[in-house]
Amino acid sequence: MRRGIAATALVATLALAATACGGDDKDAAGGSKAGGELSGTVTWWDTSNDAEKASFQKLAEAFTAKHPKVTVKYVNVPYGDAQNKVKNAFSSGSEAPDVIRADVGWVADFASLGYLDEVPAETAKKIDAEFLSQAAASGKYEGKTYAVPQVIDTLGLFYNKKMLADAGVQPPKTLEEVKTAAAAIKSKTGKAGLYLRGDDSYWFLPLIYGEGGDLVDAKNKTVTVDNEAGVKAFKTARDLVTSGAAITNATDGWTNMQTAFKSGEAAMMINGPWAVADSFAGDQFKDKANLGIAAVPAGSVKAGAPQGGHDLAVYAGSKNTAAAHAFVEYMTSQEVQVQSAKELSLLPTRTAAYDQPDVKSSEMVQFFKPAVDKAVERAWIPENGSLFEPLKVEYTKAITGASSPEDAAKAAGVEFRKILKGWK
Amino acid sequence: MAAHTSQSVAKAAGDDVENDVAARGRSRRTDSDSGNRGGSRGAKGASGLRRALGTHWYAWAMVAPVVLVLGVIIGWPLVRGIYLSLTDANERNVSRTIGVRHIEATYEFIGLDNYVDVLSDPVFLQRLVWTVVWTVACVSITFTLGLALANMLNREFRGRAAYRMALILPWAVPGFVSVFAWRFLFNRDNGILNKILDGGGIAAIPWLDDPTWAKFSVVAVNVWLGVPFMMVALLGGLQSIPGELYEAAEMDGASAWQRFRHITLPGLRAVSMTVILLSTIWTFNMFPVIFLLTRGGPGDSTEILVTQAFREAFVSSPRDFAGSATWGVLILALLMIFALVYRRSLRKQGEVW
Repeated sequence: MRRGIAATALVATLALAATACGGDDKDAAGGSKAGGELSGTVTWWDTSNDAEKASFQKLAEAFTAKHPKVTVKYVNVPYGDAQNKVKNAFSSGSEAPDVIRADVGWVADFASLGYLDEVPAETAKKIDAEFLSQAAASGKYEGKTYAVPQVIDTLGLFYNKKMLADAGVQPPKTLEEVKTAAAAIKSKTGKAGLYLRGDDSYWFLPLIYGEGGDLVDAKNKTVTVDNEAGVKAFKTARDLVTSGAAITNATDGWTNMQTAFKSGEAAMMINGPWAVADSFAGDQFKDKANLGIAAVPAGSVKAGAPQGGHDLAVYAGSKNTAAAHAFVEYMTSQEVQVQSAKELSLLPTRTAAYDQPDVKSSEMVQFFKPAVDKAVERAWIPENGSLFEPLKVEYTKAITGASSPEDAAKAAGVEFRKILKGWK
Repeated sequence: MAAHTSQSVAKAAGDDVENDVAARGRSRRTDSDSGNRGGSRGAKGASGLRRALGTHWYAWAMVAPVVLVLGVIIGWPLVRGIYLSLTDANERNVSRTIGVRHIEATYEFIGLDNYVDVLSDPVFLQRLVWTVVWTVACVSITFTLGLALANMLNREFRGRAAYRMALILPWAVPGFVSVFAWRFLFNRDNGILNKILDGGGIAAIPWLDDPTWAKFSVVAVNVWLGVPFMMVALLGGLQSIPGELYEAAEMDGASAWQRFRHITLPGLRAVSMTVILLSTIWTFNMFPVIFLLTRGGPGDSTEILVTQAFREAFVSSPRDFAGSATWGVLILALLMIFALVYRRSLRKQGEVW
């Protein structure tokens, strides 16, 4: 690690020296606006998953049709490693992308470190007028706009219509109903009721919202993960697994979840719109009508799922910011959003996109839109993303029985306060 | 006999042994090296140094580039790491360059606060205990298996070359490839290991989902990766033991066990001491196996000191460079203490190091 830092510093210094020399003439030669026409290369780091990436690459490269002198360099960075890779690239400045697709939880973090270029004033105005207000909120930090929302999402309950019908149960509305439904599915088909992802704490959020809790209360600068509702949420997670209603894994959760659901090993899972395209590829969903989606099951208080999504942001050190901003504008334009809604069932962030026939006819979008309207907005603080790692450790411990729900909640609180210095 | 002598000397006067060993060691060293030692100790004074430089200038000239490179790629980062561990440097206050904008560093020197923080946190002790257990388990199992396999391969039989190839294979495959392969094998729902168990009517084992099984799994994978090296090194050692010793022992009516105990083991001593030391240091810092197989999980049950240091620096935000450097320096200190103690105990047994 020590070497890592120093080496990074060294590389950064060298890169600085190199860019300092080359910077000026590059701006002039490969420069952004020569006579009003954009040119140069825009490197885009996309974090979409395997089922989505081909579609995004095609959309991105179509930018060249509008701006023939701009080359788009599409790079797919797996979502799991992306936050680190982006930070490494941004802080050293070498090989940094011009545009990134950032999880909504990362924007405040990157912006607070000075890595993001502010969105041009015109675009910022448009965002306020034409985009869903929750989506627009995720791109802001301390009153300034740093990112343009590309897609918005939330979690829902995916279910296998045929398996539920075979077991004679309705899609459950609460976690209690999940348990009874799972028992019926088990006795009728021998398969598991629910796959609950155990290796990623994002999937813990519906459980804690369901008990009326939240991770933090940003207004009052208070950590709330370890209060009564938090403890109850950890208990619920553990209970779902020990009661046999849900199966889970502590590693490779995404692959295992998708495999179990697509092959009919599990009848239900909690997931977001980004899983739709991949689910359709499975044996169970050759007939697309077999995939049902409902709101996340409620806990003892309410049903709540987190608002998620992805924003596009421009690197502050980009040598071609004009083209980069134009690219972001294109990728968040109505036509592109409608395309990704049609091909991948992803939810647009522009209000007007929902009136388009292609979006209207998408059953998935039709389901998820009201869910998004009700989704719980997260605290858009720089530390947002870092809370998930310690939470993951405790969530996995609780769910596998390595520590009690009470201890897990307490330990998560301790770790949160280490990250959020000075919070109650 | 030599062992006995030096042991008694050690009891009489610890310092004398050092000179004794140094003297014995020096006689074996190359000229340039002994010149170096004499010079650096200053025992012969300034004129001695000048004479050493004059005589061995070519050696110095040849060594210089290496020293320079080592200084740049190891010395400087090390010094910088130690310095960082005494500051409050993190991602928000280190200097960085974003395009044309340069942000100056604003972190401050805070003394030993980071060390107090880390050492007073129960997490450190937890990680240390598991790191030691992990190291001892891996090294002892790897060594035992490597020794057994080396002995089996050290005799003439049909297809020996093929066996050797097969046993060295894990070493030839890039580490991350093997670890990912193992991850597939261990997968509880779709992994081949559980499919086999299932065929035998045994319930699936939560290889990577249960803290104890996860510990077992990481050790198993590391042993699998480490055995080829041990085997090759020990096989080399075995082949350097003269066959006459075994013949003579056999003539005297020594049993197989006695031959192993009294010829093979002492004959392998120098090699095994080296490989155990190397293997201990490697295992102690074996980042990829743990990180790629379990990411320290489930929860944090398989997290060792280095993976924890990584977590400090690269997972939370702002990245805590100072905290990570502190972990790094502590790990280095632990390994140095271990190496010193190990060396000392070897010396007591009369091994020349």
